[in-house]
Amino acid sequence: MARISVQTYDFDIADEIARLTRGRTDIGGLGCFIGVVRIDKAHGLVERTVTALTLEHYPAMTLRAISRITDEAERRWGLLGCTVIHRVGRMLPGENIVLVLAASAHRQAALDATGFLIDWLKTKAPFWKREEYQNGDGVWVEARDTDDAAAARW
Amino acid sequence: MPLSVLYFAWLRERVGVSEEELSPPDSVTTVADLVLYLSNLDQRHADAFKNQATVRCAVNQEFAEITTVLRPGDEVAFFPPVTGG
Repeated sequence: MARISVQTYDFDIADEIARLTRGRTDIGGLGCFIGVVRIDKAHGLVERTVTALTLEHYPAMTLRAISRITDEAERRWGLLGCTVIHRVGRMLPGENIVLVLAASAHRQAALDATGFLIDWLKTKAPFWKREEYQNGDGVWVEARDTDDAAAARW
Repeated sequence: MPLSVLYFAWLRERVGVSEEELSPPDSVTTVADLVLYLSNLDQRHADAFKNQATVRCAVNQEFAEITTVLRPGDEVAFFPPVTGG
């Protein structure tokens, strides 16, 4: 049974790993992905420097959608444990957005499941990012074909 | 047919509300019918649904298609392609 949380506040990575592995002696590998708010140089212009990111979601649907994804990961890789924490609300560059942990007996399953979980979270869970820029403008981030391709490879 | 219609991200901004209770005529039976109905409600809805290629939907908190059949009391949500993670 995965641990899933959608929350406005930051998560403590060490605490989350301890929570997943405490008292267990069957886990041989733990995959971890942390998504972080970054200043996107791709925008080029100084006035379009990202100053904050706001994550909106569909509260009534979010947990169910994430559960679908973690259920699929547990089924495919027979995980021994799994954690997904996704933050919502306003975040500044450098802050954590999302945490994915996948525990397995062996490294390949843990690493693959971690990649699968973040790829599917990006394309199959109801979250939307809005970037704020230095000049006060704000823009909803557009979905990228590369994310769809990454999700489709699983 | 009574429906709860929800909007997220830029669809919410364009329509101007996050949720509304509507009763479209009985001729509205699918998501596609509802989109057409909404597009003709007023200018704000028309703007929101102008480019339908960038609109996704969910019915009763499950991702749905334009062909999905609606039932009285359904919760229908419209939003752009998701960008979380």
